[in-house]
Amino acid sequence: MKQLIKSREAILTAAIVVLLGLIATRFPAFVTPGNLAAVFNDTSPLIILAIGQMIVILTKCIDLSVAATLALTGMVCAMINVAAPGVPVFVIVAVAIGMGMALGAFNGVLTWKLGIPPIVVTLGTMTIYRGIIFLISDGKWVNSHEMTPAFKALPRVAFLGLPALSWLAIAIILIAFVAMTRTTLGRAFFAVGGNPHAAVYTGINVGRTQFWAFVASGGLAGLTGYLWVSRYAVAYVDIALGFELDVVAACVIGGIAISGGIGSVGGAVLGAIFLGVIKNALPVVNISPFWQMAISGSAIIIAIAVNTRAGRSKGRVILKKTEAEA
Amino acid sequence: MLADHAADAPILRLDRITKTFPGVKALSEVQLALYPGQVTALIGENGAGKSTLVKVLTGIYQPDGGQITVDGTPVSFPTAQDAAAHGITAIHQETVLFDDLTVAENIFLGHAPKGRFGLIDTAAQRRMARDLLDSIGAEIDPDTRLRDLGIASKHLVAISRALSIDARVVVMDEPTAALSHKEIHELYDLVEQLKSQGKAILFISHKFDEIFKIADRYTVFRDGQFVADGRIADVTEGDLVKMMVGREVDQIFPKRTPNIGAEVLEVVGYSHPTEFADIGFTLRAGEILGFYGLVGAGRSEFMQALFGITKPSKGVTKIDGQIRVIRSPAEAVNAGIVYVPEDRGLQGAIRPLPIFQNVTLASLNRTPRKGFINLANEFALAREYTKRLDLRAASLDTPVGNLSGGNQQKVVIAKWLATQPKVIILDEPTKGIDIGSKAAVHDFMAELASQGLAVIMVSSEIPEVLGMSDRVIVMRDGRMVAEVSGPEMTPETLVRHAAGIAEATL
Repeated sequence: MKQLIKSREAILTAAIVVLLGLIATRFPAFVTPGNLAAVFNDTSPLIILAIGQMIVILTKCIDLSVAATLALTGMVCAMINVAAPGVPVFVIVAVAIGMGMALGAFNGVLTWKLGIPPIVVTLGTMTIYRGIIFLISDGKWVNSHEMTPAFKALPRVAFLGLPALSWLAIAIILIAFVAMTRTTLGRAFFAVGGNPHAAVYTGINVGRTQFWAFVASGGLAGLTGYLWVSRYAVAYVDIALGFELDVVAACVIGGIAISGGIGSVGGAVLGAIFLGVIKNALPVVNISPFWQMAISGSAIIIAIAVNTRAGRSKGRVILKKTEAEA
Repeated sequence: MLADHAADAPILRLDRITKTFPGVKALSEVQLALYPGQVTALIGENGAGKSTLVKVLTGIYQPDGGQITVDGTPVSFPTAQDAAAHGITAIHQETVLFDDLTVAENIFLGHAPKGRFGLIDTAAQRRMARDLLDSIGAEIDPDTRLRDLGIASKHLVAISRALSIDARVVVMDEPTAALSHKEIHELYDLVEQLKSQGKAILFISHKFDEIFKIADRYTVFRDGQFVADGRIADVTEGDLVKMMVGREVDQIFPKRTPNIGAEVLEVVGYSHPTEFADIGFTLRAGEILGFYGLVGAGRSEFMQALFGITKPSKGVTKIDGQIRVIRSPAEAVNAGIVYVPEDRGLQGAIRPLPIFQNVTLASLNRTPRKGFINLANEFALAREYTKRLDLRAASLDTPVGNLSGGNQQKVVIAKWLATQPKVIILDEPTKGIDIGSKAAVHDFMAELASQGLAVIMVSSEIPEVLGMSDRVIVMRDGRMVAEVSGPEMTPETLVRHAAGIAEATL
């Protein structure tokens, strides 16, 4: 299965290359290094969120509240910036991550301690978090001119030709890779999703592990909330509305099994990049937004079909034993 | 068959029925006859083939050989519907009904009365259900959802369902296992009523008192073979016990000279509000302690509490003389207790993860840098224990799901040994595996004990308990009823204590 995931990552990489090739025939400028970097930068928020979602899905849960968490944290960051322009940006980033983790922890506690199915919990908190944005902002926008230059600058600061937003995404990919492969908690995420009963007997607390998955997803969504608001220099109730579906789609395309236990950081990242390329390329080659949705949707279904086929066992080996019996 | 019943021909007769599973002969040329208006008790140890027989009778399994006759005519039951069409129905241990349907819907599922346009006539269905329930004296509203009923009422619904398909043969598989004293007596009344209607009843039970109370005949199976049948009036409890367990020693257990060391584990006064009470014993290094009892005697429940999965209401665990508080499996593993559960498929291996990660999973918290994994150390640990268990796989990277059942089991055991436990609890270690693999498990268990591990073995198979244990604790209804060792360890003693039969009757 590990070889399979590896090959699935290879397939996905190949698919992305073919896609880029196709686009290049119609619009060569798309595949210049500068533009590819821009596409990566544009996809960075999706990559960060997909990594968080991957962890949650690995543990047999799902986090539908990521986009709402992002929007709420983003609004709070913007309002802090407006109310107290003197607060340094790194403090705001810390607040964003901390607040995201707290919102994720709320999801986690409801799942862990009350045993409510995660899809119900996060469907509820998704609405609650959006509602809170409305309450604290009175439905008003926080616009670019109200934000301090420092607040807006961070995602754009260029370093070695790439904006900080891209560097942050790269850093998170690396941290997540190490965390998932080299820490006991990372291993526990896989174990809990792969066989919760066995995990219990092994001494892993299933509920607590799921709790930490939600905290991780929330923290990443919180960070993305600040990045999103500062990058687009606007905060309002409906930012990133429906974005949670893109995040889940990126995971599914990346080979993360919805039933839990199977997945990788690389898969989530490639799934996000695949979606990002489609989203950025189709307008350039003059394909209508409706086709964009249809193509994204088809990619999801094809990915699931591939996953299901790969996951299907070849049937149990009984025959040999019967022969031995006879 | 008996001469005085020659005129009274059986409704259903099984002749030389054989059923083989890969590696296991579950039924070997068994026979059974069920007579109208009589209760036949089917008696045998766990694993004697009773459940397989019920499945053959109800069309769930196809026999590999032999013949089933109904009213003297040979028949076959390719599907469960065919068995039902011949009037054979079963009421299972855990009733197989639908919790979210109403009582009336449950009774008539699959053969509901149809009205115009082929739609279900709910009014007629309710009325007929009412009549059926009344006929067995059950005060249950046909519109109640099944979920809201107690287990005894569910049995009544199952019986009504049996009556609704005009059953002639009713199989009751341990129907009283979950019932209260009063409910059991109501069930007896119902059985009498079914008898008076001329139905043939097959009654499977481990409880000798109820067999003698309601059965007219008995059939004894042992290890998938027919042993004897006859009329209950002609035998005593002692006779039946002997037929059940009396066997030649056909399994060879590893010879071992127990090398018993210091006391490792002491359990004092373990109790649970509903599952068990006052469990206390000691266990020494190198000892194998058997836990015997009927299914549902509370053995696994106690072990799960000892391992920290469920919480006992009171009780003390001492390891090496020190009191250890165990509130979670993680604390149990840290204290040196590991538990290899009964259902290894469900509770054992993490199938998508590679072998090495499965083996080290329970030991990760003891790595030098807490929280982080050193891959080299991890591989070394996995290699050491897979080698010890002689696990042959192409690579330690292989996902456990790709391995054979036996190798998966080795991975699970390697995982536990890697934690370097002091006490290992094996719950039904050989359930459902073939004789060859059983011997391997037994050898391995003996080896563990000889290396100084204290072993607790929960088993429902008498030969295994007697062949492997140095000492046996018998549990019944959640309590320890006996602790036997040495010459007291005989099949009769174990069965007697487990079933609660007074010594005088033997």
